[in-house]
Amino acid sequence: MAEVRAEMVANVWKVVAAEGDQVDDGDTLVILESMKMEIPVVAEGPGTITRMHVAEGDVVQEGDLIAIID
Amino acid sequence: MLDSVLVANRGEIARRVIRTARLMGIRSVAVYSEADADLPYVREADQAAPIGPAAPALSYLDAAAIIAAARETGAAAVHPGYGFLAENAGFARQVIAAGLIWVGPDPAAIEQMGDKIRARNLMERAGVPVAPGSREPVADVTAALAEASRIGYPVMVKAAAGGGGIGMGAAADDAQLRAAFETARSRAERFFGSPEILIERYVERARHVEVQILGLADGRVLALGERDCSVQRRHQKVAEETPSPGVSAGLREQMLAAAVRAGEAVGYRGAGTVECLVDAETGSFVFLEMNTRLQVEHPVTELVTGIDLVEQQFLIAAGEPVSFDPAAVSPSGHALELRVYAEDPVRFLPRPGTITEWTEPSGAGIRVDAGYQAGNTVTPFYDPLLAKLCVHGADRDQALARAREAVAGFVVGGPKTNLPFHADLLVSAEFVSGDYDTSLVGRLRPGPGGPAS
Repeated sequence: MAEVRAEMVANVWKVVAAEGDQVDDGDTLVILESMKMEIPVVAEGPGTITRMHVAEGDVVQEGDLIAIID
Repeated sequence: MLDSVLVANRGEIARRVIRTARLMGIRSVAVYSEADADLPYVREADQAAPIGPAAPALSYLDAAAIIAAARETGAAAVHPGYGFLAENAGFARQVIAAGLIWVGPDPAAIEQMGDKIRARNLMERAGVPVAPGSREPVADVTAALAEASRIGYPVMVKAAAGGGGIGMGAAADDAQLRAAFETARSRAERFFGSPEILIERYVERARHVEVQILGLADGRVLALGERDCSVQRRHQKVAEETPSPGVSAGLREQMLAAAVRAGEAVGYRGAGTVECLVDAETGSFVFLEMNTRLQVEHPVTELVTGIDLVEQQFLIAAGEPVSFDPAAVSPSGHALELRVYAEDPVRFLPRPGTITEWTEPSGAGIRVDAGYQAGNTVTPFYDPLLAKLCVHGADRDQALARAREAVAGFVVGGPKTNLPFHADLLVSAEFVSGDYDTSLVGRLRPGPGGPAS
């Protein structure tokens, strides 16, 4: 199981993947926006998204959970 | 003279404009979003008005809220700073229609230069060199491929209404062009509200050099020297210097004359910047775009000329002569600006956070334009610029030496900053030699942080 966490304070601009999706290493899960920059958050290994913890428009703090991949 | 001004901006530029207003005896009004109430510029203005929530669309981009704030505070003029509504002709017109003085060029000049395709065509007619590129918007991928084969690879794809490097991408072949076109188009619609795309020949070893112009109240246009802005990450400037080490006296003369023609072609009034690309191989230049506002990096020009550009903006807006003799401008020494961003110094990713310590360097030739102080929180809502560290020296060597010391003496606790990057830049053989181009940062920081697309 891998927990994907936010690297910085940001707004969740787009949720690209959904719970139940199969993902590969490097697939984009969500796109954050901070300081006028889009920051894709990607899977760091293959698996199934068992939990998508954020929704578009949420504000995440550094270290907050974004998704769980099993 | 103006008796009062509302500054429709935030952070370091609002503070910088307020400082000159105070020196001139002009009453200043700051506006601020809910996220910015504690910033120094809000306190330093004579008066401050809240204009809405943190999201820029609901505050600094809300023209009606800003004009209402001007009415309520009795401000006579509006200074837009840079970014936000600074190059929005519709906002300028609303300001003027409300009976306020717009501290900027005629809205028609903003409009003509705001559309990059129209601006290119206009410049070509005015005798300013432009790169081979689109004369009308590129409608779709098929048209983009045809256009690229006409122009010849490599090409640069950008939003016609864009700025700040957002959505820009280079392409060396058809496959890269397809991807670059899609990216540019989606960013163009999202950030600039216009899907129009422009394709231009891409100069691989280029320096980004711009000319500061000033359109006087009597209609004359002056060129106040150039700035080299080739140190860029993600097509955004990180450090600037003047004079440019890559521009010969002959080239400078041609560029300054072309910039004056560019300004005259649109009847330009106030401070503006003509951005050009200089081909490092051939030493020739082409027009890139014109910014119809004060530029972030204006302090380096101020340091070598001794001219306060914001003071001139206020004088010109009031219809008065400038404070210096236009026939006797003689730049002296060398100046650098280092943009201090709240971002990690390796990958250049944003790092908002609360500032626990803030110590600015001081000493001979050092100027710091800062938007923050200890205790402030840097939020994710706005761009990452914390401060501009500017240094003046008798020559480039002295300016570099002073800059190294100043970077070492600048302490920011809390959010990570790019100060360690600046320390590396100032000792890198390529930057120190002066013989560098826009791909320098990519060589200093190989990987995703570089300017390669």
